[in-house]
Amino acid sequence: MTEKIKDAVEIRWHGRGGQGAKTACLLLADVAFCSGKHVQGFPEYGPERMGAPITAYNRISDEHCKVHSNIYTPDYVVVVDETLLKTVDVTKGLKDTGALIINSKRKPEEIRPLLKGYKGKVCAVDAEKISMDAFGKNFPNTPMLAAVVKVSEVIEREKFINDMRESFRHKFVHKENLIEGNMKALIKAMDEVKVG
Amino acid sequence: MARNDRMSGNEAVATAMRQINPDVMGAFPITPSTEIPQYYSEYIADGLVDTEFVAVESEHSAMSVCMGASAAGARAVTATSSAGLAYMWELLYVAASARLPITMAVVNRALTGPININNDHSDSMGARDSGWIQIYAETNQEVYDNYIQAMPISEAIRLPIMICQDGFVTSHGVSNIEILEDDEVKDFVGEYNPEDYLLKHENPLAVGPYGTSPYYMEVKRAQAQAMKDSMPIILDVAKRFEKLSGRKYGFFEEYCMDDAEVAVVVIGSSAGTGKEAVDRLRAEGKKVGLIKLRVFRPFPRIPLAEAMCKVKAVAVMDKAESYSNSGGPLFNEARSSLYDLPGRPYAINYIYGLGGRDITVDDFYEIFNDLFIIHETDDPGDVYRYVGVRDSRYEEGGFDHRKYED
Repeated sequence: MTEKIKDAVEIRWHGRGGQGAKTACLLLADVAFCSGKHVQGFPEYGPERMGAPITAYNRISDEHCKVHSNIYTPDYVVVVDETLLKTVDVTKGLKDTGALIINSKRKPEEIRPLLKGYKGKVCAVDAEKISMDAFGKNFPNTPMLAAVVKVSEVIEREKFINDMRESFRHKFVHKENLIEGNMKALIKAMDEVKVG
Repeated sequence: MARNDRMSGNEAVATAMRQINPDVMGAFPITPSTEIPQYYSEYIADGLVDTEFVAVESEHSAMSVCMGASAAGARAVTATSSAGLAYMWELLYVAASARLPITMAVVNRALTGPININNDHSDSMGARDSGWIQIYAETNQEVYDNYIQAMPISEAIRLPIMICQDGFVTSHGVSNIEILEDDEVKDFVGEYNPEDYLLKHENPLAVGPYGTSPYYMEVKRAQAQAMKDSMPIILDVAKRFEKLSGRKYGFFEEYCMDDAEVAVVVIGSSAGTGKEAVDRLRAEGKKVGLIKLRVFRPFPRIPLAEAMCKVKAVAVMDKAESYSNSGGPLFNEARSSLYDLPGRPYAINYIYGLGGRDITVDDFYEIFNDLFIIHETDDPGDVYRYVGVRDSRYEEGGFDHRKYED
């Protein structure tokens, strides 16, 4: 395997259709762009339907990213739905220097035995609980986005929080309660993500 | 002043359309180009443009709307993909022969059989003999820039034009892009004032009449001439666009070709992946290069052949199969263009990326490696090859699909 372009952080998202993994991936591209980065955010499309496993990708770098292939040796993998561990080889190609970030009520040390010997960092965040507490609905993508930004440090915390507030203001212009709810979920996930 | 933004290739096309504000859009949705009329109808609903949007029941009618509008003297646009383009087939030829400068955004997707929504070039490559100009893009930026150059080219030569991009790869991929100011785009594209049109009462004319044998061939000859004559126009428009944007365009882009020993010729987004392979191989001291073909119709036969002649072996990449038993469409034209030149390189073909099959930097490494072997052994071997395909002939005990599942 040849080496990837210098300084590009590569992230692979695993989720299920309808959970917002693709949206979170595009939001990450958005906020990384706002912090001055070159970005790619792209979903891998198949016969989409609610609940089916989906994959999405991000490349974030200081220079223009030429590659247009999928990502096979990511620095970070985000698992938005824990049940995917049973059917998808989520750590495939994941670098030991990187991390797996998973939406789970369990502790990282309980997740690790399920990861086929992955040696890098395992990070867990209870995105469901955070989302339910913050706005009464299970939308795990905002907390997962916050967790991956925290763990990967691709964007500085304060800058990220401010840009996301702007982004939510734009997105939920007619649903004001969702702005504060999402912001609460975002900050909580950054504070609560457990690194193991 | 241009502004930096980030958006998908589909939004980039819709944005260019909004800045141009054409008279008529006829469109029917099909993945992955659906977002273009979707974004555009939002702009109409928001009052940002005053285009007449005609929601039709099929692509056949979408093209018919464009032809009617264009014949009447209006600037007409549409967008489509795959089976949608196939359903326009008979009208593509009519639009070209009636010399109607329609602009079509094609978001390239595999043709059905088996059904597939992902990217390859089988749709527009199938339409290569329809008489439309075809321009392809590597990135979101390029598809935006190409769209802005489309009408000045097409209206000057009175030929319809396809602005192609790779489905999902750029159409749904969000990346950085520089967007020009609305008035800069409007000034660049200008007003459309056709010399003759159906509704011009001072000069009544027929559009699309029966072409009897004494006339048909002259019409075809004139179309072929127009395609030839579009070449300097394409370069002039590119030069004017460079003044506006600072971004340089031509028939093709040469990447690290000056001292290259071997090279690939490729169309579309995969050129970016190929360039990355070139960068890494150059860092290892290997003299490799890449030619990215932007304009496929008209085919830049002579300049492309001259560029390919800089190297000893060239791999021409086709994202479409043509079942000719002698390689894909780009290969056959590129290789034939070399015939008259002394010192021509070996030219081999790779069919790749059908139905969204990913092509990686490692695949390009393999191709460059094959080219060096050809160069060193002076033996091209089989010139008609595939890359990235599973092949049961090379598997002990036959093909076992379980090996390829996650």
